[in-house]
Amino acid sequence: MSSKTFTLDDLKRILREGAGADEGVDLDGDILDTHFETLGYESLALLETGSRIEREYSITLDDDVLSDADTPRALIEAVNAHLSAVAAA
Amino acid sequence: MSASVVVTGLGVAAPNGLGREDFWASTLGGKSGIGRLTRFDPTGYPARLAGEVPGFAAEEHLPSRLLPQTDRMTRLALVAADWALADAGVRPEEQDDFDMGVVTASASGGFEFGQGELQKLWSQGSQYVSAYQSFAWFYAVNSGQISIRNGMKGPSGVVVSDQAGGLDAVAQARRQIRKGTRLIVSGGVDASLCPWGWVAQLASDRLSTSEEPARAYLPFDREAQGHVPGEGGAILVMEAAEAARERGARIYGEIAGYGSTFDPRPGSGREPGLRKAIELALADAGAAPGDIDVVFADAAAVPELDRVEAEALNAVFGTGAVPVTAPKTMTGRLYSGAAPLDLAAAFLAMDEGVIPPTVNVEPDAAYGLDLVVGGPRTAEVNTALVIARGHGGFNSAMVVRSAN
Repeated sequence: MSSKTFTLDDLKRILREGAGADEGVDLDGDILDTHFETLGYESLALLETGSRIEREYSITLDDDVLSDADTPRALIEAVNAHLSAVAAA
Repeated sequence: MSASVVVTGLGVAAPNGLGREDFWASTLGGKSGIGRLTRFDPTGYPARLAGEVPGFAAEEHLPSRLLPQTDRMTRLALVAADWALADAGVRPEEQDDFDMGVVTASASGGFEFGQGELQKLWSQGSQYVSAYQSFAWFYAVNSGQISIRNGMKGPSGVVVSDQAGGLDAVAQARRQIRKGTRLIVSGGVDASLCPWGWVAQLASDRLSTSEEPARAYLPFDREAQGHVPGEGGAILVMEAAEAARERGARIYGEIAGYGSTFDPRPGSGREPGLRKAIELALADAGAAPGDIDVVFADAAAVPELDRVEAEALNAVFGTGAVPVTAPKTMTGRLYSGAAPLDLAAAFLAMDEGVIPPTVNVEPDAAYGLDLVVGGPRTAEVNTALVIARGHGGFNSAMVVRSAN
């Protein structure tokens, strides 16, 4: 199985598909370290985002990944950590 | 005397018109929104006609954040609420959050959304079910989403009593205003024209199986054979009269009286509860039967139910003594949305001195009603009675009165 990488573009696409984007928030701007809450995504939107990531990448994220990763950078890192763990296994 | 509660804004999404102006022009012009279902193929079902709201593209009205989490019903309700607030000249962001509330009615919830998620559940698995299914289907979701979108943190709620719910919600909104909340967004919008919603409606055994749009929904007609369902409804902005006058609002009229009853158990031999509901509403309004200028009928189009309604009206008003109309013959029955739409029509009728017609119906003289058919009737309308009955025994009646 080839290892995949989860990028900011992947995250933005999944956020838009699963939860839409707030008016007045530029997802294409510098958002890596902006809190999800500031970007307009509350816990349910992140739950939906997490479940879409799990489906697409065939991984299972721990419940606390989504609650702990409060910025795009943190979530991308957490997902990639899972992906490389899966690839190594 | 309890404080007067008035309506200052109307938002309409009806099968014969999107927006208040469109709806009213169609309604006076006798234009029906009933046709063969287009949102899914109805070929395999016994009933195939419905009133669909035309030309509604949610993405033209709502932010993308709301689209993945809303059923069509909620999208229509949110937009109707926006229109009602704009019509009332109310900018929610300028008001105290806790002085505004939302009470709507819902008969079925977000069926189309729910159907989609159930299909994913059984065909793809639980991980494919949207997190938003947790509330998007729910009866209270219109109240919730309207509250959130407009920052309304005052009293909130939902009433579920089929078609009677549209009046019950407005009555509950009136109670909340009388208890001290300045403004309540109320009314109802239902929309479940999807296969799952359709079979649920078929289960009532009250749907017309006619394939002819002009012959399918004929209340008080010898050929009555059930109703055509529709989608949509109306959202009303309700305010304490004093507060509305203070801010110089245009006032459509007052919610003057309300009564509701529940039918006795079938076979009891006791009289149905509708007449009592009408009498309670009149008494609550301090109105005599002779004060009522027009009745917006529930118009079930099931012969037995039409008879009950006609008998109740004749008992209260005298045979043929009050004009009766059912503009819902142009929209189909909208469940929770029906009565709020009738309330909107009643206020517009007062405004313009004209009673909208009941279309397609050839009144059966045996009912003894003065049914307004053939076209709109010019009349001074100062006080109107709106009736709504819900499947299973709910009867509600509401008296509305013009502001002057």
